[in-house]
Amino acid sequence: MSHYLDISHISIEFPTKNGPFKALDKVDLKIARGEFISLIGHSGCGKSTVLNIVAGLYQATEGAVVLESKEVNEPGPDRAVVFQNHSLFPWLTVYENVELAVKQVFKGKKNKAEIRDWVAHNLELVHMSHALHKYPAEISGGMKQRVGIARALAMEPKVLLMDEPFGALDALTRAHLQDALMEIQAELNNTVILITHDVDEAVLLSDRIVMMTNGPAASVGDILSIDLPRPRDRLALADSPDYNHYRAEVLTFLHQKQAKPDVPIVAKSATATPADAADTDQKLDKVVGA
Amino acid sequence: MFKQNALHYLNLAGFKWMIPVVKLAMWDNPREQGAEIARQIGLPIVAILLFLAMWSTGAAKVVTSLGTLPGPGAVVEAGQSLWQEHKAERQKAEAFYERQHKRNEAKLAKNPDAEVKIRPYTGKPTYLDQIVTSLKTVFTGFLVASVIAIPIGVACGLSPLLNTAISPIIQVLKPVSPLAWLPLVTMVVSALYVSDDPMMPKSFVNSAITVTLCCMWPTLINTAMGVANIDKDLINVGRVIQLGWMTQVRKIAIPASLPMIFTGLRISLGIGWMVLIAAEMLAQNPGLGKFVWDEFQNGSSESLARIMFAVITIGLIGFILDSMMQSLHKLVAHDDAVS
Ligand SMILES: Nc1ncnc2c1ncn2[C@@H]1O[C@H](COP(=O)(O)OP(=O)(O)OP(=O)(O)O)[C@@H](O)[C@H]1O
Ligand SMILES: [Mg+2]
Repeated sequence: MSHYLDISHISIEFPTKNGPFKALDKVDLKIARGEFISLIGHSGCGKSTVLNIVAGLYQATEGAVVLESKEVNEPGPDRAVVFQNHSLFPWLTVYENVELAVKQVFKGKKNKAEIRDWVAHNLELVHMSHALHKYPAEISGGMKQRVGIARALAMEPKVLLMDEPFGALDALTRAHLQDALMEIQAELNNTVILITHDVDEAVLLSDRIVMMTNGPAASVGDILSIDLPRPRDRLALADSPDYNHYRAEVLTFLHQKQAKPDVPIVAKSATATPADAADTDQKLDKVVGA
Repeated sequence: MFKQNALHYLNLAGFKWMIPVVKLAMWDNPREQGAEIARQIGLPIVAILLFLAMWSTGAAKVVTSLGTLPGPGAVVEAGQSLWQEHKAERQKAEAFYERQHKRNEAKLAKNPDAEVKIRPYTGKPTYLDQIVTSLKTVFTGFLVASVIAIPIGVACGLSPLLNTAISPIIQVLKPVSPLAWLPLVTMVVSALYVSDDPMMPKSFVNSAITVTLCCMWPTLINTAMGVANIDKDLINVGRVIQLGWMTQVRKIAIPASLPMIFTGLRISLGIGWMVLIAAEMLAQNPGLGKFVWDEFQNGSSESLARIMFAVITIGLIGFILDSMMQSLHKLVAHDDAVS
């Protein structure tokens, strides 16, 4: 099935004090079952908005989202969301957080014992079985995000929507979670839409990277297919010319085609002054080559 | 483990100052604990002693129509005499029931079918009875206030429209003094609460309702704020798993705003206690407020010392109530409950 999820020409206008603000203009994207898609683009371009429309949390003003030939207009567990800041209920334990969702989603379909097993199984999947009865305040940021992922997976969603799920984590924890996510996806073959700012993350995880143009009225700029064999290993890929080629393409898109004049273009460069275009190209080469 | 638990519960119960004492008893870094005790317990004691000294020298200089203002010593004596009166009154009551019992037994011995009954003792309430009455009244008023304020607060927090609609009413009613409410309450209660054998005395109902009217606002406002400011993502989680409206309220809105609700309840109970004394004075509800008023009207040489004793009692009870609410708050505040 090639058009498992069809994001069909969606536009959205937000009412603001200065009149309507068109955040998205005819975003069009067709996603196959089991595909892993990354959305990448500059801050404020509208990535979260796309995700929220797919989730049903926002309503598109034009266009439609069609999942398995059915239009979706409201939120539902078939499109589970992993939020950026974990959004676990602080008054519930790790176990209870997942249980709340499972109980609701499988009401009348699973009995008590089955619910217990299913919650435990999903927490096992993200390696959180050791902290079932801890409260969110008692576990680290990485662990919270794992629980958030377990909660989403436990809904057996058709599509897993992740809005910068690892954005708030340190590099090492992020790498661990990316590996965990790759493992899980290999096992369950979920369809995933992941928003990220991290080029490496996008290339490592995705089947396709969708690069969005700058807002307002953002739309899909380029789509890059990542034909790297799976399972992927971050260490081996670091030296792979293919991998670095993909990386460079995404960087080129972000920093040249969609360069933001007000954002320092190569942030980590030693001489981080606002540079003119020619200068930038040179620096970009360095970054890409590194 | 035991030690950690003990310290945790002390903290929870508001006995933070006990912590170094317990630690010292366990010989945990005794020198540091000694210094900590000096600070946590020694300093307040010094301050209290200073206060007492200022009180006794200052009071001696103020001569009222009822004699000089009593110092700490006189107030302690007043407390003791109140305690004696309480004991004496209890003995009288016992003796009264004892006599009835004997009489009834005698009657039954003569005629086994005789109808016997025990008449209740109707002595005047003692100081302890009055404290109990005050506590009953304030908790009744506070409970009714909470039962009204929390649901309205939740509704206001959920619906910005409702909030906008009733916010002006709340803002206007909030600052009204209990002294202004009471006459109205009295009239309304007299008109509506008519029964030959009332479950509760009218003065009690009047005072409790006045407490309710004055103390429901902080709970209402805090609940509304708590519910309105719930993290949007938490609500979105509820939408994604398609919780029904009621479940959303029960499982997300209320638990998420529980810390704020408790902050409101704590302020409300404080206000309720403050308001109660005034309400009891006017409504003649037989509690601490009436005690103070009666002593004032009485105008004997002991009155001032008794009033001062009542002031201290009122303060202490208020303090205990507040500590209780604070402990409860710590129990439900999931985020920083551990620290
Ligand atoms: N509810 C809303 N009301 C009005 N404007 C909104 C709303 N949500 C988003 N916007 C605007 O739409 C644009 C896109 O926002 P969005 O959050 O989707 O960006 P993003 O790509 O996710 O950014 P970031 O990478 O910083 O998360 C922004 O200009 C934002 O100000
Ligand atoms: Mg975003």
